[in-house]
Amino acid sequence: MSDVDITTGMGHAGFMEESPYGIPSGKLAMWCFVISDAVTFSAVLFVYGYLRIGSPDWSTPFKFSPTILNGIVMTFILLTSSLTMLAAVEAAKAGRKSAGFGWLCATALLGALFATLHLFEWGRMIDDGWRLFQNPLGGSVHFGAAFFSITGLHLLHVVGGVCALAVIALGYRRGGYNSIDVEVTGIYWHFVDLVWMFVFPLVYLMNAQ
Amino acid sequence: MSEAAHQHGEPTGFIRKYIFSVDHKVIGLQYIGLGIVAVVIGMILSWLMRLHLGWSTLAIPGLEKLSPTGAPANVMTPEYYLSLMTMHGTLMVFFVLTNVPFAGFGNYFLPIQVGAPDMAFPRMNMMSFWVTFTAFLVLIAAFFVPGGPPLSGWTAYAPLSAVGESSGPGEGLGQTLWGLSIAIFCVAQLLGALNFIATTLDLRTKGMSLARMPFSTWAWFITSVIGLLAFAVLLPACILLVLDRVAGTSFFVPGGLVINDRMQPHTGGSPLLWQHLFWFFGHPEVYIAILPAIGIVSHILPAFLRKPLLGPRVLIGCLAAIGFLSYMVWGHHMFVSGMNPFSAILFSVPTLVITIPATIATLLWIGSVYGARIRFSCASLFCLGFISVFISGGISGFFLAQPSIDTYLHATYFVVAHFHFVMGVAAIFAMFAGIYFWLPKMVGRMMNETLGKIHFWLTFVGVYCIFMPMHYLGLAGNVRRYAAFTDDFLAPLVPVHQFITIAALITGAAQFIFLYNLVWSRFRGPKATENPWQATSLEWSTTSPPPFDNFGGRQLVVHQEPYLYGVEGSAGDYVMQTSPETVEAH
Amino acid sequence: MGKAFGAVLIIITVVSTAVFFFHDFGGMSLWLPVDASEHGHGVDHQLMETMYGSGFLFVLSQILLGLFVWQASDRPQGWKYRIFPGGAKPMVISAILLVGIEILTLSFVGSKVWAGIYFTSAKPGALPIDVQAGQFAFYFRYAGVDGKFGALHPDKIDEGSGNFFGLDPRNDEAARDDIVVATMVIPVNREILLTLHSKDVIHSFYVRELRLQQDIVPGLMIPLHFTATKTGRYEIVCTQLCGLGHYQMKAYLEVKTQEEFDKWLKDQEAAQ
Repeated sequence: MSDVDITTGMGHAGFMEESPYGIPSGKLAMWCFVISDAVTFSAVLFVYGYLRIGSPDWSTPFKFSPTILNGIVMTFILLTSSLTMLAAVEAAKAGRKSAGFGWLCATALLGALFATLHLFEWGRMIDDGWRLFQNPLGGSVHFGAAFFSITGLHLLHVVGGVCALAVIALGYRRGGYNSIDVEVTGIYWHFVDLVWMFVFPLVYLMNAQ
Repeated sequence: MSEAAHQHGEPTGFIRKYIFSVDHKVIGLQYIGLGIVAVVIGMILSWLMRLHLGWSTLAIPGLEKLSPTGAPANVMTPEYYLSLMTMHGTLMVFFVLTNVPFAGFGNYFLPIQVGAPDMAFPRMNMMSFWVTFTAFLVLIAAFFVPGGPPLSGWTAYAPLSAVGESSGPGEGLGQTLWGLSIAIFCVAQLLGALNFIATTLDLRTKGMSLARMPFSTWAWFITSVIGLLAFAVLLPACILLVLDRVAGTSFFVPGGLVINDRMQPHTGGSPLLWQHLFWFFGHPEVYIAILPAIGIVSHILPAFLRKPLLGPRVLIGCLAAIGFLSYMVWGHHMFVSGMNPFSAILFSVPTLVITIPATIATLLWIGSVYGARIRFSCASLFCLGFISVFISGGISGFFLAQPSIDTYLHATYFVVAHFHFVMGVAAIFAMFAGIYFWLPKMVGRMMNETLGKIHFWLTFVGVYCIFMPMHYLGLAGNVRRYAAFTDDFLAPLVPVHQFITIAALITGAAQFIFLYNLVWSRFRGPKATENPWQATSLEWSTTSPPPFDNFGGRQLVVHQEPYLYGVEGSAGDYVMQTSPETVEAH
Repeated sequence: MGKAFGAVLIIITVVSTAVFFFHDFGGMSLWLPVDASEHGHGVDHQLMETMYGSGFLFVLSQILLGLFVWQASDRPQGWKYRIFPGGAKPMVISAILLVGIEILTLSFVGSKVWAGIYFTSAKPGALPIDVQAGQFAFYFRYAGVDGKFGALHPDKIDEGSGNFFGLDPRNDEAARDDIVVATMVIPVNREILLTLHSKDVIHSFYVRELRLQQDIVPGLMIPLHFTATKTGRYEIVCTQLCGLGHYQMKAYLEVKTQEEFDKWLKDQEAAQ
C-alpha cells in the first residue's frame, strides 16, 4: 500500500491534472473495489433469492435463542467496531498517533470477536447436522448452501479485514502507513459492516421460526 | 513527481527487470506475450477442429501423442473434438481477446498516453499479471489430467458442467480446473480494472483533461468500468459451480437427474441460474473484448488518414452508451433457454438499441475516410479491415437480436459467424493494427512492411472465406458444436466445411508470416525514431522504447487536443499534444 | 494499395451478396429449407425483412468504405483533407433514423411473430405428446387409449429394459397404455402440444422445417405447441451441447395425414 502515497492526488497540484473527485488514488481504488465487491455480494444474494423462491420446502430453522440473539450481539459488535474505526480515522487525521493505534486495535479486536462468535454459530449448526449439501430438517438443501456460502464470504471479508487492520495498525504506529491508509482501511471496514446489514435480515431474520 | 512515482527505482537484476517487474511496460509486454502463446495454441486447436469437421475420419499424424485416449490411431474422437472446442473458446475469449487489447496494450500505453510515469499501483499491477498467468497454467493443466480438458464449451452450461465425470470424459478434474482457472482470472481482471481506473482519473499530467485523452485511453477506461462489474459476477458464479462439483451443493443442478442409469444426489437447483449469472458477465465480456479494439483503431486511424476523426465526442459517447447498455441485454443469449418468453422482448429491444451507437461509430469511421489522403501501411490496412469486418459481424446482430428469428438461427453456424467476426476477427485486426503501429515504440524497431502487407491480404481475404460461408450454413440450419455432420440434412453441407477448413489452414499459416516478422523485426528491423508515424499523442513524445519512467524525468505538459492532423500553417502538418503552439480550428 | 483494398472489398461484398441470390448449388442449398409449420411463415417473413434491411446497410456501408478508400489512394502530395459534408451530424442523424426505423419496425413486427408462438397456449383438442430427452436420444410418449399420461419416476428410469420415461405400470394405471416411441409421428394440420423435459442435462429440440427451437431443461416441463402443415419426414436434432454424443442425438418427425396417423396410432395401441 505504500504506493498509495506517491499518487495521493495531493501535494502535486502543480504538476498534474486535478483528479475529478479530488481524492487520493488509494481511496478511489478502494471505492471501486467496494462497488465491485458489492456486485459480488449482490450476485450471491441473488442466487439465494432465486433458489429460495424456487424451493417450496424452504426451512426457517432459526430460534430467537440462541441464533437470533447471537446474531443481534454480533450485529452490535460489528456496529461498534464501525464506531471505533471512525474514531481511529478521526484520531489519525488529527495526528493523534497513539489514539489512532488504540482505536485501530479496538476495531480489530471487535472484528475478531465477531468472527469468533460467528464460528461458534457455525459450529453449532454443523453439530445440528447442517452442511453445504444437507438439511437435517428435511427441507430444501439450498439452506445450508446459501447460509454457509453467504456468511462464509462475509466471514472471509471480516477475517481479511482484521488482518488488514492489524497490519495497518502496526505499520501506522511505526510510521509506514499514514492517515490516508487508515481512512482507506476504514472504507473497507464500513463496507463489510454494511454488507452485514443486508446479510443479517436476509439470511437470519427471514429464516427465523 | 516523477521521482516520487518511481521511488521504487529502476531495477537492475534480470528477475526484477523482466520477470517480476513492476514496470507497466514490461507487464504490458508480458500480457501480450501470454496472449501470443494463447492465440497460437488456440489457433492450432481450431486447425485440428476444422480438419475434423471437413474430414471426420482423417488421421492427423502425432495427435495420438497429444492425447492417447482423445485420438486413438491419430483420429480425433467426438468428445476430444468438444474438449478442443472448449479450450479454443476459453483461451481465445479470456486469454487473448481480454488479455491483449485490454490488459496488454492498456498496460503499456495507458500510463504513457496520460503522461504518467507508471500505473497508480505498480505492485498490484505485477500481481494481476502473475495471477492471470496462474489462471493460464491451471487451464492448460486440464490438457494433462485424466479425462482431458472439459467438453462443456466456454459457456460451461450446468448441469453438464456441474455433475462431474458421469456426464462425459473431461467433466471430471478437467472441468474443475476450468472453473478454478476462470475464478482466478476474474480476480486478476478485477485488480487490473481498479488500477486502470485509478491511473486514468488520478495520474493524468498537467493539461491532460479528460476531453484531451486519446480514444484508446477512453476505451480502456470504459472497459475497466465494465470489467469491474462483470467479473465481479463471474467470480462467485465460478466458485458456486466448483462447489457444486466438489462440495455436493446443488446451486445449478436440479433434482431427479439420471445419468448413465444412476440417480444423481443433487436436488432443487436451477440450470437457468447459471445461465443468468454467466451471461450477465458474458455479454459485457463481448464489449470488454471489442471496446479496446474500437479505441485502438480510432486512435491509429487518424495518424494515417492525416485528419481527425469526425465527431470525437460523439464517438466516446457511443463507447459509453455501448458499455452502459451491455448490462441490459444478457437475456438475448437465452431466448430459447426456457426462460419466460415475455422477457425475451425486454431483452430484445435494448439489444437492437445497441446497434444505434455501434452504427454511429461505424459511420463516423467511414465518413472520416472520405476526403483523406491515406498513408497505406500495415497498421492502416488493418484498421480499414477492422471497419469492414466490424460491419460484417455487426450486421448479423440484427438477426440474432430478434427472438422470432433466433428461434431458427440460435445455436447454428450463423451465431458462430456472428461472434467470430464481430468480437474475434475484429478484435484481432485491432491487435494487429496495434502491433504494427506500436511495435516501433515498444521495442524500438520498425516491422517489415512487405511481409506485413502479405500478411494483411492473406488474413483479410482469408477471414472472409472462413466466416462468410458460415452465415449461409447457419441459414441452412447447420448446428454448431457438432463433431461431425452425419444428419441427413447436414451431410450435403460438408463440402462447404471442407472449403472453410482449407481457408482456415491458409489463413492460419499466414499468421506465421506475422510471427516471423515479429521476431525478425525485434532483432533485425530498422531502428525506429521517436515518432515514425508522425503521430500526436504522448507516447510519441518519448524515446523508442521509452525509458524506465516513460519520459526520462521530464514532466510533460499537454496543450492540445489528441488528433491534430492536417493542420495548416504547422511545420509538419500535425501538432503534437505537447506542442505549445496555437492552433486554429480547421 | 487503396485501389486494391477498394476492389477487394467490393468483390467480397458482391460475392457474399451473390450467394444470397443464388443459394442453390446443385443439390446443396445454402438457404432455409421448406417451411412446414403454421407459424413458420411469420418467421420467414421476418427473416427476409431483416435480410433486406440489414443487407442494404451491409452493402451500402462496405461499398462506401471501399469507394472512399479507393478515392483516397491517388491523391497528390500536400493534399488538403476534406471533411465529409456536414461533419458528424449527418452520420448521427442517418444512423438514428435508418437504424432506428429499422429496429422499431423489426421489433414491433418481430414481437408479434414471437408472441404468436410463445404467448399463446395450445387450443383445447391439441394432441399432447410428452418428450423426454436424455444423453443422446429423444423419446416420445402418447397418452394411449385412456388419454392420460402416467406419472414420471426418475428413479425407475432404466434404459436397459426400455423404461426411458421412468413409468410405473405396475402401480400406475394411467401409465399402462402409454405409447413410447423413438420417432415422433404427428397428423398434419392438427395442433400438437409438446411437453419437453430432460432426464440429465440440457438438450434442445430443433426442427428446421418447423422453424422451432427450444431448450429442454432438466427440472422444467416446457410446453411448446405448433401445427405442421406439410406431410413429410423431418429431422429433430439436439442443438444444446449435451456431451460426447451430442452430434448424433437426433430423431425423426413424421408428419402424416390424419388417416395414416390414426392407423399408425391404432397399430401402436394394439402393440402395447
